[in-house]
Amino acid sequence: MAKHVTYSQIGTGAGFYGLLALLGAFIAAGAASFLYVEHHGHVVTGMTNQIVWGLPHVFAIFLIVAASGALNVASIGSVFNKAAYKPLSRISGVLAMALLAGGLAVLLLDLGRPDRMIIAITTFNFKSIFAWNIFLYSGFMVIVGVYLFVQMSSGLEKFKKPFGVLAFVWRLALTTGTGSIFGWLVARQGYDAAIMAPLFIAMSLSFGMACFILVVKYTGKATDRPLGTAMTWRMGRLMGVMAATVLYFTAIRHLGNLYAAEHAGVEQFILFGGNVFTTLFWVGQVLLGGLVPLALVFAPNNSEGSSRVTLAALLVILGGFAQLYVIIVGGQAYPLVLFPGMEVSSSFQDGTIASYMPSLPELALGLGGVGVAILITVFAMMAFKLLPKNLSDAALDPHLAAKAK
Amino acid sequence: MNNTSLKDAYIDKTRRDFLKKAGAGVTTLALASGVTLMAYPAPAQARNPDEAADPSKRWGLLIDVNKCTEDCSACVTACSQENGWKLDGNPSVDAQWIRKLKIKNPHGGHEQTFPVMCQHCAKPPCVDVCPTGASFKRTDGIVLVDKHICIGCRYCMMACPYKARSFVHEPLTDQKAHAPRGKGTVESCTLCVHRVDRGDQPACVEKCASDGHGALMFGDLNDPNSDISKRLASYPTKQIRADLGLDTGVRYQNL
Repeated sequence: MAKHVTYSQIGTGAGFYGLLALLGAFIAAGAASFLYVEHHGHVVTGMTNQIVWGLPHVFAIFLIVAASGALNVASIGSVFNKAAYKPLSRISGVLAMALLAGGLAVLLLDLGRPDRMIIAITTFNFKSIFAWNIFLYSGFMVIVGVYLFVQMSSGLEKFKKPFGVLAFVWRLALTTGTGSIFGWLVARQGYDAAIMAPLFIAMSLSFGMACFILVVKYTGKATDRPLGTAMTWRMGRLMGVMAATVLYFTAIRHLGNLYAAEHAGVEQFILFGGNVFTTLFWVGQVLLGGLVPLALVFAPNNSEGSSRVTLAALLVILGGFAQLYVIIVGGQAYPLVLFPGMEVSSSFQDGTIASYMPSLPELALGLGGVGVAILITVFAMMAFKLLPKNLSDAALDPHLAAKAK
Repeated sequence: MNNTSLKDAYIDKTRRDFLKKAGAGVTTLALASGVTLMAYPAPAQARNPDEAADPSKRWGLLIDVNKCTEDCSACVTACSQENGWKLDGNPSVDAQWIRKLKIKNPHGGHEQTFPVMCQHCAKPPCVDVCPTGASFKRTDGIVLVDKHICIGCRYCMMACPYKARSFVHEPLTDQKAHAPRGKGTVESCTLCVHRVDRGDQPACVEKCASDGHGALMFGDLNDPNSDISKRLASYPTKQIRADLGLDTGVRYQNL
């Protein structure tokens, strides 16, 4: 028999308003950046005709991918019927929607013609994976919204599982679509790989779990309902499994490319080029974003608390940004190969490594998107009963504390 | 009427409007200076503005690399003047619809130079990836960007294997009426569609010929009796990145 869980809103003390002010400042800076770039054109950003997607896309795609993964907890509860996760399903759904909203805001505001947003959502070329993604993103919002409604309404219990399954399948499709934006770029040696789709699914599971852990742990601490240590470790180890999966797909992707002589150039450039992408790959993604978090969550646990999980989650997010920067910017920095085996030059920087220096407006726009995601989450927790009153291990699952240690 | 025809009709109307305005401007100027009234000529091959692009044609270019000299960039200058884009001192963001490429064989150092522009693919990746359909291919094979529905997402630039597209990074002034451009949208070689539709050759081809090089040939790839088809039938030619199977409308000889 299902245990009874009491949910409550978060309070609105000084800390709440302080956080709102901080997030408001980030969002205002993002909005100012948007207006600045919209007025002057993208010439004031670091983007060029060689690097056409820059830091805003790193932020946008991180948030969109993490949105899908933030729904992990709800899926594990509803689809895989794990009792300890069910009380956290509501916040899982809200965080997923909020992250997606933040990511889409960045993506849309970085368009060359953001004033034509209405065209983007009314005029479609269905051969474009971008067009599919517009449906996948808006569909995700609707499905997770209904899923939340079903969870929070009495008498609709029988719909929880079907909508949970639908949301689960949909978010896998969503991340497949996001990964395929790159995977289907046949012309560029850095992309053009079907493995991008499962890689992005693994990334979403890992990044989204990391975001979820941080949000719930911080909120629990700030609202006097600390998240149980055993539950934190359980989620941390789940994140670890997913971070390991990211490393696996990353290894396969690069090994596969190294095997093909035609991709050797871009692989040499990213993996051994001694440039910023090489550092971000080995130190940012693999070491700090992969191996260290794995060690933190899987090494024998002799500590009482769960601060190692928090650190691991922070590092997974850091590594995620590094990974996306390498994929998005690094993949463009390596020149298009028009004539394999020949040295190529032109006035249009053919044959040369493109340089990219992120500008302040791009950073501010990206952080503004993060601000939007967190603001929506915090505001929703204030307005709706999303979090259980008690997040202790015993309250979430009486058997959890005994099993998890 | 299918989507392509509708789009062609729409583009035609837009182009006609611009031509009318441009024509009006020419007329007014001419009268004020007392010179003979000017009007756009209607050569025998010109397409009626009310007609959609002719699907029986496939416009293309053949570039003879042996006739292209390293120190000449007349085709680039002609395109720039014809279409109103220019290098403005910032090569990383300035638009370049056509560029001279130099390739060097690392074994022996043999070099060649030649122009590269939109290759007007039969199966253009830029058209496939464009979410709104702003990137489109006319039925006569010319690949264009509809500036009215381009949202500036730049996915086409990611997808183009030829680096043929530019993003307009800055506000523009002094645009050509026949080649509308827009800040925040993507653009590329139009094969001088405004000239082709009135029966003329692209500016780059005309200039290369008038300068005595004759390295560029324009024509209908579908017409076996056209000069370009005859040349393609007689000499070995290449497509850039033929491995991608895009069936480019721009071919290279002696490359």
